[in-house]
Amino acid sequence: MDGSAADGSAADGARLPPPRAGSRLCVRCGERKAALKRPKTLEQICRECFYIVFEDEIHQTIVENSLFKAGERVAIGASGGKDSTVLAYVLSELNRRHNYGLDLFLLSVDEGITGYRDDSLETVKRNEIQYGLPLKIVSYKDLYGWTMDDIVKAIGLKNNCTFCGVFRRQALDRGAALLKADKIVTGHNADDIAETVLLNILRGDIARLSRCTLITTGEDGPIPRCKPFKYTYEKEIVMYAYFKKLDYFSTECIYSPNAYRGFAREFIKDLERMRPRAILDIIKSGENFRISTTTRMPEQGTCGRCGYISSQKLCKACVLLDGLNRGLPKLGIGRTKAGAGADSDGKQRAKRTERNTLSLQGKHGNFDF
Amino acid sequence: MHLTLEFGGGLELLLENSTKVHKVEVPPKDGQATVTMRGLLTWVKDSLIKERPEMFVKGDSVRPGVLVLINDCDWELCGGLDAELEEKDVVVFISTLHGG
Repeated sequence: MDGSAADGSAADGARLPPPRAGSRLCVRCGERKAALKRPKTLEQICRECFYIVFEDEIHQTIVENSLFKAGERVAIGASGGKDSTVLAYVLSELNRRHNYGLDLFLLSVDEGITGYRDDSLETVKRNEIQYGLPLKIVSYKDLYGWTMDDIVKAIGLKNNCTFCGVFRRQALDRGAALLKADKIVTGHNADDIAETVLLNILRGDIARLSRCTLITTGEDGPIPRCKPFKYTYEKEIVMYAYFKKLDYFSTECIYSPNAYRGFAREFIKDLERMRPRAILDIIKSGENFRISTTTRMPEQGTCGRCGYISSQKLCKACVLLDGLNRGLPKLGIGRTKAGAGADSDGKQRAKRTERNTLSLQGKHGNFDF
Repeated sequence: MHLTLEFGGGLELLLENSTKVHKVEVPPKDGQATVTMRGLLTWVKDSLIKERPEMFVKGDSVRPGVLVLINDCDWELCGGLDAELEEKDVVVFISTLHGG
């Protein structure tokens, strides 16, 4: 991306009287009052110039990484939150402006969390009308036979986020397959990716560490997934949504206060305050990790039951589902290799298994968490 | 000093009735003529925030990840904590910490 950032913020010079709001001019046009300081470059730019550089950088990312081909049917993973709302808006705009020739639609997952998704799904429904993009909603209940509320009842609040994360990944794939999409795009931004790099280092998960910075994953499967916001700062996404008055929904998942990710998130934000470039630097470090060729990496195969990519006999979702359906919800949580031992009794699961196999046409992807 | 404060991105959930827009009267600190952002943050934390103040402030500033705009201008361009507010200014706080 652009490497022109001055390091640190000393460039501000002596700050005698604190300058009043809007008293500085945009460094790009030199005419209008600056409205924000870009974290990536520390430039002060006005609103109009911000829209231009923000959209252009995403366009450049799309072109340089050949994210799409003309004629492709692309599912936008839409949660109603800020990232996917801005993604849907910008992508439909760029598709028109630069004639990408994409057939775009919104794909939402209903986890079945009372009071959380109800409102955010309403937002996605409004986006459907506002941006003229068709919407398809798939639910955990339909796909797995369980809502997140049911799962929390069975397992409690300790490991529920594991279920939700694993199930959500496959839900997008299954929904996309059902709707005959060629590609899935998600709103993961630079902050999210930096956070994931850190988490994978903390967990010592070398396999995921080497995948999590890829802009496109699952290229060997039927439905690749890509992240056009890989280099886009969260601050700019939120500023863009605010200035453009985009309609997005923000609430915390009611089950998330226990999430481990929150610690990494807070750490990244602390780093950003001291040195905004840190976010891109962490992504860069993640990309540059070289794994010794003598390290044995888990082999990627496919799940024996549903066909999803898995390094074990059964994919994580099938192991977790197994545990739930057998009344042993802790199965597949933690360090035990549940994949190997989980295949001992078959009969009770047969019904569900059959349905899972039927509904899964697409397999692909790794979990980059 | 008359100010309009706006809370978004989930921060409104920390306030009474989850109200987003608050028209308020903020007194300058003793012996000072104006209200600074530093003073405003203390006032908001003490007078408006009903729960989990740690979602809003950390140390003497906003929690990292909370964006602040003064009259629709990034507060990082206005002097941050030292920015001096004027009558009828609009200050917006937006959390970026909620899922997307």
